[in-house]
Amino acid sequence: MDSKNILEASGLNHWFGTGDARKQALFDVNLTLRRGSFTVLMGPSGSGKTTVLTLVGCLRAVQDGQVTLLEQQLNGASEAELVALRRRLGFIFQAHNLHESLTATQNVVMGLQMHRGVSDAQAQHAAVHALGLVGLSDRVVYMPGNLSGGQKQRVAVARALVGNPALVLADEPTAALDKDSAAEVVDLLKRMGAARGTTTLLVTHDNRILDRADRILTLEDGRIVRIEDRG
Amino acid sequence: MSRLLQAIFGRLPIGWLQLTHNRTRFAAALAGVAFANVLVFVQLGIMNSMGAATLRPYEFFQADIMISAGDSNAMTDGGNVARQWLLQAMADPDVTDGMGLFLANVAWDRGEKDISLSTFGVDPVKPGFINPAIAGDLALLEVQDATILDRLARGLTKEEAAGVRPQTPLAFEAQGRTLVAYTTFAGGGGFGGDGYMFVSDQTFLSLFPARSSAAPDHILLKLRPGANVEAAIARLGRLISDPSLRIRSFAQAAQDDLTYQQTRRPTGIIFGFGVLIGVLVGLVIVYQVLSTDVADHLREYATFKAMGYGPGFFLGVVFEEALVLGIMGFIPGLIVGTGILSLMGKITTLPLGMSVSMAVSVFIGTVVFSALSGAIATRRLAAADPADLF
Repeated sequence: MDSKNILEASGLNHWFGTGDARKQALFDVNLTLRRGSFTVLMGPSGSGKTTVLTLVGCLRAVQDGQVTLLEQQLNGASEAELVALRRRLGFIFQAHNLHESLTATQNVVMGLQMHRGVSDAQAQHAAVHALGLVGLSDRVVYMPGNLSGGQKQRVAVARALVGNPALVLADEPTAALDKDSAAEVVDLLKRMGAARGTTTLLVTHDNRILDRADRILTLEDGRIVRIEDRG
Repeated sequence: MSRLLQAIFGRLPIGWLQLTHNRTRFAAALAGVAFANVLVFVQLGIMNSMGAATLRPYEFFQADIMISAGDSNAMTDGGNVARQWLLQAMADPDVTDGMGLFLANVAWDRGEKDISLSTFGVDPVKPGFINPAIAGDLALLEVQDATILDRLARGLTKEEAAGVRPQTPLAFEAQGRTLVAYTTFAGGGGFGGDGYMFVSDQTFLSLFPARSSAAPDHILLKLRPGANVEAAIARLGRLISDPSLRIRSFAQAAQDDLTYQQTRRPTGIIFGFGVLIGVLVGLVIVYQVLSTDVADHLREYATFKAMGYGPGFFLGVVFEEALVLGIMGFIPGLIVGTGILSLMGKITTLPLGMSVSMAVSVFIGTVVFSALSGAIATRRLAAADPADLF
């Protein structure tokens, strides 16, 4: 594996269903992510973007092909190894998935708490600091129900980045946001990622954010049909 | 509370925060657990009361050995025992004294509502067989139709009971005779009668002419101090030529009676089932609350799974919720249960009430069964697949 790459996937095939209902979702996908890069994965609905994201994010088992993430082979990795790898990743979901019973700070603390050796005080301090970086210093004790859509997504960004992940996987993070909020969230993600050396793979079909990408991969019918380097 | 739980679990108290986020639902869940606790407390209270009421008459006597008919499962049932066995038992070198005990229910005719008194016919010149609290007055029974009355009997007013003294005896009608109570003792209502009464064996036989002085209900024996009770029982078994008789230590007879009442009599079985139903209701309530809570937060749990939280974390959260529900639901359950038992005790004069051992055992049971409910509810966590989040 090239040390400049954080992820290398080659000959990736994936199927869903069994028997007659078995359907192939990915066809011979090859993908590399350079350390610290900001990559956008585009494509129409059903093109396989989400499947790529779940495979790279250690959320599904690799069926066919090779995936090396953070210098570890995902093929044949145990559940415990996959869980340990996921702790080194940051996830941002389309629906932000904040815990409604936790304050903004507590939600961000959850992004740290699975790491051993982080005290409560350290986690609290880091969470408040991360919320400050995303411009929510005055919302640290707010519950998600009292935040706007853009603010919730910014909390999700803080939660994904607070543990200094090696790779952030973001799935349509701007889909539910207006133009300004979308631009704000993506800029934030890129700026904070760059500052921390974090690699980002962002799945979207939102053309408004393409100009922020270092690289754009286009996926159609389970195949990568275009790679555009901009960095 | 949140800080305390955070210190205990070493992480954010997600379970507590989830439960208290919707206060109405949390209050309803606690009310449900408290209700189950009250159910268990009431049933246990009645069951314990039955045990106390069963043992209560044994506390009125002092004996080492009791001889009963073969079909006698309790003090109050079974056939009679021939007095000749009392004489036979006296031949044993360790047996120092013996007394026939007669027993039957007497209805005190009070017009609208009779008082049923479990009546003991005893030899008034043998105070050594009677509890010292009563034995001092035993000589009063030498007068025909004299009684020592239970001042705690159901239906007897405090004023009536307080007025019963040797100088101001209380005469009343029972079994077609006029009995005279010269003094009282603290008995208490039971399940088989409203209270107790002591009369002499001669008065007893007058009340029940069909009974014979040659056939008491039980024979009580006293042994010389330091005698081996079991060895004496074994010798008596050989000495008494009726193998159908039950010859037991007095303590064993009381224990057998208790076991019989709790496991073989319908009332004991019914109250036992009542406790079981209370436990099951609690189990179902806690399971329902936890299971709904897990289902409601499946997306959040899936998110945590994606972030790298392992199964131990999720088990911990559900157990945390189970413990919070169990402990916080127990407190109102204890308060209400104590109130209900106290009220029932006052109304029925049964020995009903909350005891420390009962409170502790129900608390432990609540926590254990809440944790069990939590363990069952965690099965729903398997449905939280982080891959479905995308």
